[in-house]
This record gives sequence, C-alpha cells and structure tokens, in this order.
Amino acid sequence: MSDIVQPAQATQAVNEERRRRWRQAAIYAALALVTFVMVFPILWMISVSLKPTTETFSLPPRLLPETFHWDGYAKVLTDPKFRSFLINSYVVGLAVTALSLVIGTLAAFGFSRYRFFGDRVAKLFVITTQMVPTITLLIPYFGVIVFLGLYDTLWGLILTYLTFALPYSIVMMNGYLDTIPKDFDEAATIDGCTPLGVLVRVLLPVALPGIISTAVYTFLLAWNEFLFALALTRSMDMRTVPVGISMMVGEFGLKWDEMMAFSVIGSLPVLILFMLVQRFVVGGLSAGGVKG
Amino acid sequence: MTTMLRQMTTRGTPYLFLLPGLVILGALLSVPLYKVVEYSLYDNVIVERNPTFVGLANYTNLMTDPGYWSAGFNTVVFTVGSVLGHMIVGIGLALLVNADIAPRARTFFRSMLILPWIFTAVVVALNWQLLLNPFGLINYMLQWMGLTSEPLDWLGDPDLAMWSLLLISTWRGYPFIMVSFLSGLQTVPRELYEAAEIDGAGFWHKFWHVTLPQLKPVIFGVALLDLIWTFQLFPLVWLSTGGGPGRATEVLSTLTFRLAFVDFQFSQAATVAVSILIISAAFTLLYLRNEARRL
Repeated sequence: MSDIVQPAQATQAVNEERRRRWRQAAIYAALALVTFVMVFPILWMISVSLKPTTETFSLPPRLLPETFHWDGYAKVLTDPKFRSFLINSYVVGLAVTALSLVIGTLAAFGFSRYRFFGDRVAKLFVITTQMVPTITLLIPYFGVIVFLGLYDTLWGLILTYLTFALPYSIVMMNGYLDTIPKDFDEAATIDGCTPLGVLVRVLLPVALPGIISTAVYTFLLAWNEFLFALALTRSMDMRTVPVGISMMVGEFGLKWDEMMAFSVIGSLPVLILFMLVQRFVVGGLSAGGVKG
Repeated sequence: MTTMLRQMTTRGTPYLFLLPGLVILGALLSVPLYKVVEYSLYDNVIVERNPTFVGLANYTNLMTDPGYWSAGFNTVVFTVGSVLGHMIVGIGLALLVNADIAPRARTFFRSMLILPWIFTAVVVALNWQLLLNPFGLINYMLQWMGLTSEPLDWLGDPDLAMWSLLLISTWRGYPFIMVSFLSGLQTVPRELYEAAEIDGAGFWHKFWHVTLPQLKPVIFGVALLDLIWTFQLFPLVWLSTGGGPGRATEVLSTLTFRLAFVDFQFSQAATVAVSILIISAAFTLLYLRNEARRL
C-alpha cells in the first residue's frame, strides 16, 4: 500500500524538483555571467598582449586575436633588463618568505602554546602593527635605509618587507597552531622533546597547509609591493617587477603589446602559486588573517 | 637551586620564541614612527644637514592649505566609496557562490572570482587604463548600447575620474570581503536556517534575519580592516590617475608621496603622514576593541 504514491503528491514532488532545477540553472547562469565580467579585464590583458599595437584599439574589439602575435613576449623575454626585474623580485620574495616564516612561526608558537606575563599586550601589539599606514613609514624608512647604507640594494627591500610580512605570518601561523590539540605537545614532551623539538617535529608537519598558505601570502605581499620598491631603489639593476612595469609606461608610451606581455609574465608566478594552493590560502586567510 | 634555574628557563621560554619577531617589529616600527613625528617638527629635513626646529609651524601651515583639505575630502570619498563597493559586491558574490551548487563548481567560481585581488596594483591600473581609454572597450560598449554618443575620457575628466577610481578599487578589493564573508557563512548554524524555513522564510528574509545578525561581528571587523587599509592606499591611486587630472583624485597618501619625492619637501610630507597616522590610529583603536573581545 505504502508503495503507491498519491497522484497529487507525485505531481507536487515533480514540480518541486523542476523548480529546484530551474533555480540551479539560474544560479549557474548568473555565476557564469558575473565571473566572466569580473575576469574579463584579465582576459583582455592577455588578448592585448597577443595583438600588434596597431590593433590594440581596433574596432570591433576581438577577444581572440586573428593571428597570435608573440613579438611583445619575444621582446620582453630577450631583454636583459626585464630578466633582472624578474630575478630581483624572486630574490626579494623568496628571502622575505623564508625569513618571515621562520621568525613568524617561532613567535606564533610562543603565543599559541604559552600563557605568560604580557601575552595579550604583545598580541595586540602584533595586530596593531598590521594597521600602521605604510605611507607614514615611507619617509622615515627612506631616512633609516639611507642611514644603514641599504639604499638602492635588495637588502633594504628585504628588511622593509620583512616588517610588513611578519605580523601576517605571526597571526596566520598562530591561528593554525591553535587548531592543533595540545595533547600532541604533551605526548611529545613526555617522550623527552624540548619545546623547539615539539614545534619542529610534531606541530610543523601537522601545520603544513598553514605553512604553505602563510608562505604564499607572504610571497604575494613581497612580489606585489610597489611603494617602497619605488622609493628605496634607484638604479635599473635593483628594480622589481611592479616598478619595472610602471617604468615601461613612461618609457614606451603606447607599446601595449610589450607592456601587457610583461604584465602577464610578471603576474604568472603569483597566479600559478595561488592556483596551486588556493584551497589552503582561502582557508588560511579566514582562519588567521581575519578571525585573529 | 637547579629547580629554580629550570623554572626560570621554563618561564623564559615563551619570551625566547617571541624575541626575534618582536625585536624586529619593535625596532623597525618604533624608530620610524618616532622619526616621522620628529621630521614634522623641523624644517627642510633630509635635504639639509642641519634642519631648523619649527615646532608646530608645519601643522598650522597644513591646516590653512586648501590643497590638504581637498585631498582629505577626496580621501573620505575614496575610502567610503571603496568600502561600500567592496562590501556590496563581495557579500553579493559570496551569497551567489554559497548557493546550492556542485562543490566543484563552487571551488571553480570562487577561485576565478578571487583573481582581481592577487595582481599587483600596476597591472590592475594598466588593465583599467586600457578598458577606460576613450578608444577602449567600455566606451565602445556604451556607444554600442546607445548610452553615450561621444566617447568619455573616464580617467582624464575631472568629473569622472573619482568614479572611475572607485570602479577600479571596487574590482580590486571585493575578493577580500567575499572570502571573509564566505568563511563566515560556514559558521552560521544550519538549524537557524532550518527553523526559519519551517516558518516559511524566503531567501531575503533568511538573509536579513539570520545571516546578517549572525555575521555582524565578522562584517564589522572586516569592514573596519578594509577601511583602515583603503584610507592609506597609495599604489592603486597613484598608478591609475596619479592623483589627477589636476588634483581631482589626489588623496592624502598621494599628497604625501608628491610632497616628499616630487617636491622634496620632506617636512611637509612628514606632517601629512602624521595626520594619516593619527586618523588611522583612531580606527585601529576601534578595531582592537572589537578584536580584543575575541582574543
């Protein structure tokens, strides 16, 4: 008896299912449209990088070039100046990431695993440092970096970015370490591990996703920084990618194919890194960066 | 004796872990902050070997400078407009991405929608200069749709430049709000929605009466953070419009940079920089009060 579904009920169920399908289709359509609009500026950049300058503004606009024009990429990849921008950005990005990861993880471990006199104040201090306007620091940094003899060197940039990246590393790593139960530490301590041993041998392997997302975020921060890179370096040999691109604007004026080709090449490292680990980074930003 | 020693070293352990980080942060923030205040009390710092102490003269000069007030006004417009744009687009897209769709599709759309946030400001500015160019795509679309007959100089017209800047800033900044709101959405207990559904609540009703009240602290914290960051934002403005045309989009940060590295008036620049610091300190205190409750 119970197998037999009442006709009225059946039509209702079918209607409901149909409505759900329609709703889902509408959501997909809306998402596809919105995503296309939001990603369009990036697609257009790639498109322009593959067109000769004479076609940059040709009408009607074509997203897909008629023929692929690789001259912009060829020019940019063979020019030693652009190679030096890229190398500088890699050196600074990797150095800042490594340093802030080590120093930040140590501090995060202290915050996460100990209650001590002044811990709240210290934590608030770290959070506050994220809020200090970088533009306020620019002029005194200029003075300090010149005083230290680090003007127009990559060391000056590394030191500066380390200060900006450290608070984020500490807060993000602290958020991750807090999610690991303290039982892990206790078991290891009973087995004779020192606090540093607990951190390195027990916690870090578990916190690997957190380390990866913190590293990627730090690298992104250093790779994309513009203001201090502009003010604290002077010679072409010390310029990083963002400043390099901005100088092309003045230098080449209207060579959109080259500018966009270098923009694409200069964005690739962060784009690839982010796509590879975006699952971790998105989680990490919300776990550490926002929720304190 | 040994137990006392051991106790002392154990007590000292957390400080040892914190030492390198706090020393670097302390030294590289407190010295420059002290310096910038000092610079603002002297005349001709950096360019002259022996600058003269002028007290608060730089500040009184600033207060009577219409250029400063107009940059301050632009900063307020830019900051409030940007934060509103980020919030509306970010929360809207978070709700859309969070809708009932396949998890793989959600991951795909989410990672695509985050993209504007990971590019460096120069690339963002160049992209939009291209699109907003009088001969660019946006003017072509507007003319094609019959909304304008003449192409508009979006970044070059003083009446339009701020709107264009807000468009660019919204595009660049919404992903941070979207991601924060999305992760906040996961923390809202399902039972609340189920209870609302039993009461016959629709989408908007659930959004207004369940989602928003539940996420109020998250929204408040994120908006404040966004405000603090946008208030002092330099690269996007400098690279998109350079503060122009004229001074139509000059904000306090670009004014500071112009005074220091274009006009070499480091004392005046330091004074503007200190005024930025004071205002963001006020918002930071508000943010910390919100955060301290959660620590």
